Order: sequence, then structure tokens, then C-alpha cells
Amino acid sequence: MANKYWQTFSKGLIKENPVLRLVLGTCPTLAVTTAAVNGLGMGAAATFVLLCSNIVISLLRKLIPGKVRLPAYIVVIAGFTTIVQMLVKAYLPAIDRSLGIYLPLIVVNCIILGRAEAFAGKNSVGLSALDGLGMGAGFTAALIVMGGIREFLGNGTLFGWPEGGIIPPITIFVLPAGGFFVFGMLIWITNRLSTKLEHKDTRKELTETVCAACPMAGNCHGEGAECHE
Amino acid sequence: MSNTGFFAILIGGLLVNNFVLSQFLGICPFLGVSKKLNSAVGMSAAVIFVMLMATAATHPIYTYLLVPNGLEYLQTIVFILIIAALVQLVEIVLKRFIPPLYQSLGIYLPLITTNCAVLGVTILNIDSGYNFLQSLVNALGAGLGFMLAMVMFAGVRERLESAEIPESLKGLPITLVAASIVSVSFLGFQGLFGL
Repeated sequence: MANKYWQTFSKGLIKENPVLRLVLGTCPTLAVTTAAVNGLGMGAAATFVLLCSNIVISLLRKLIPGKVRLPAYIVVIAGFTTIVQMLVKAYLPAIDRSLGIYLPLIVVNCIILGRAEAFAGKNSVGLSALDGLGMGAGFTAALIVMGGIREFLGNGTLFGWPEGGIIPPITIFVLPAGGFFVFGMLIWITNRLSTKLEHKDTRKELTETVCAACPMAGNCHGEGAECHE
Repeated sequence: MSNTGFFAILIGGLLVNNFVLSQFLGICPFLGVSKKLNSAVGMSAAVIFVMLMATAATHPIYTYLLVPNGLEYLQTIVFILIIAALVQLVEIVLKRFIPPLYQSLGIYLPLITTNCAVLGVTILNIDSGYNFLQSLVNALGAGLGFMLAMVMFAGVRERLESAEIPESLKGLPITLVAASIVSVSFLGFQGLFGL
């Protein structure tokens, strides 16, 4: 039993990492990762929304009629996004400035709607909360790694330390072009590692369950790295 | 910012602050739908359409309903609901009255609700303090910029299809590297109009 809970939590970290394996939530991943601390801020904000919306949607899963479930989910998610927005604005104004428009855009982050649809709408509250935490942690970890790489190469620092940087900055890495490049390289490395570690069949099975949950599914025709077979 | 001319706003949205390549809004459709030129054009047309409609709806509601009542904090919830309702409405209207257009845009419409570019442009309009007309121009510029990026990138991807690429780079990684190079070219517009 404990095993089941642990699995629900841990799958978001590596095996089904929302950013690197499922390629969801790409917009904030690329946009805010110019510095590691921004990645942390965005990750924490999204994790909060993910956790809360998963809990509420799981509690309401028997009350929400199937036909209007997506609008209902969006309202719940938008509510928590607004709460996060107000909290960050009040207590962390510096983070609010650097995240800017991407903070309200958490509401259209497909990780959150995807988890609501794929998990929270079908599972118990406890499991949904763990799923939200795990996915949020995986999202945050990926953002910090990407922010760290871009900040180190583009600015010579890590979490703003040391002052002035230790290597000559390669500015392109904090520009949009560097974001695409680093993200591409990270996915490449993850793909390489996972094809070595995993059996192809399990990958395919994973892809099918996940793609069904993604709001973009009708559209991607097995486009993403995961949906490739 | 509020005194910026219409032309500067249009070019700003189209080239300087290109939504996809400089601001990272609408990356999901950019990576998902840009494989074929037809679908890239169809999706972008639907996005431009919804962006204009959404701006026309959200701007007056924000200015005349939320601000006078001190409800600015409801912005996110109200805007996403308006966009979701609008997309549904557009779908129904097109299906009923303009079937040929529905056939070509229809499949893209449901995806637009969760497209961050649409919500992004409506929020940016408010944040930049644009008036109603400026907002519409900005939405048009942003939409055209989205289309430009999609169409350009569809061309790049068609070439990638026939290129020899190492196995593990195939698919998304090489697409992102190509997007990075396309994005470099848009750096050249930075500083135009001092925007």
C-alpha cells in the first residue's frame, strides 16, 4: 500500500517528468528559466496550484458532470492561480517582476489541466495530492536544472552567486535562442538515457496513457519526443 | 507605452516582440502543428481570429466592469472564462453559418482555449495600458507574428524531414535546435523603434 503511494509521488520526478519526458508546460519552461531562482519561483507557484487544484478536483470528482468537467477544472485552476498571483505580489515582489505575465499564465499550463483530467478526476484525494506534489516537484526540478544551466553559461553565476560570475558570460544562453537550444539538448540527453534504461514497450504504453490526457493530443499526432513511436 | 503609434505596435508584435520566438507564448502549437504548411496556416488563422475576438471582449469588460467595481484581481478567472466561452461560440457560429471556414478551422478551435498566446495577449494589453484600438492592433500584430513564426518554421521542418539526423536527436530535440536558430534571426529586430 505504501508502495502505491510512493509510486504515485515518484513517477513525476523522473519516469513521467512533465517537462522532459511528457513535454508539457513548455512555455513557462522556456520563458522563465533565464535564472535558476526564477525556475524555482515558477516551479513553486505551479506546484502550489497543481497540489490545490488536484485536491479540490478530486474532492469534487463525483459532483462535476462529465460534459462540463473541463470548464469546471479551468475555473478551479484559475481560482488557485489568482491566489498564487496575489500571494507572490504581496510577499515576493522581485519574483513577481521577473515572472511577469507567466504567473497568470499558469492557468493555461497544460501540466495542471492534464493532471486534473488524467489523474485527479479519477482518483482519491490522498493519491491526487501526492500526484500533484510529485508532478510539481518534477516540474520544479526540470526548471531549476534548465535555469541553472542557462544562468551559469549566460551569466557566469548560479542562484546569483558569486557576484560578477566566474566564467565569461555567453549572453546567447539567456536570450530566447539559448532557451530553445538548452531545452533541445536536455530532451536529447533524457531521450538517450531513457532508451538505454527502458524497454520500448513500456515507453509506448506510457505515451498512450499520457497523450490521451494532454489537451493538445488531437493535435500532436504523436509529435513530441514521447509520442514518437 | 500608451502613446505608441499603431504602426509601431503592429511591427512590435509582429517582429520585435514576436510572441513565439521572443516571448515563448504558444509554444505547444508551435511545436505541435508546424509540421505541415497547411495546418500551420489554418491554426494561425484561427489564432488571429480568436485573439482579435478575445481582445474585443476582454478589454471593455476589464475597463468598464472590473475596474469600476475594484475587481481587477478577478482578471485571470474572468479572461479565461471569456476565452473559453468565446471559442465555443465561434465554433457554433462557424458551424452554423460558414461551414467551409468551419471545416478548415474547426479542428484547431478547441485547442485554442489552452493556448497561452491568446490569454497572454489579452493580459499584456491590460498590462501595457493600451486603449481599445491599440489593443486590437496589438492583438493583430501578435497574431500575425504567430502566423509568421509558424509558417517560417513549417518550411524549416519540411527540410528537416529529409535531412540526415542522428537517431537520438530526431523529433523534438532537433526541432528545438532549429527553433533556436530561427529565433537567433529574430534577435536582429531587437531595438527596432526602441521598443
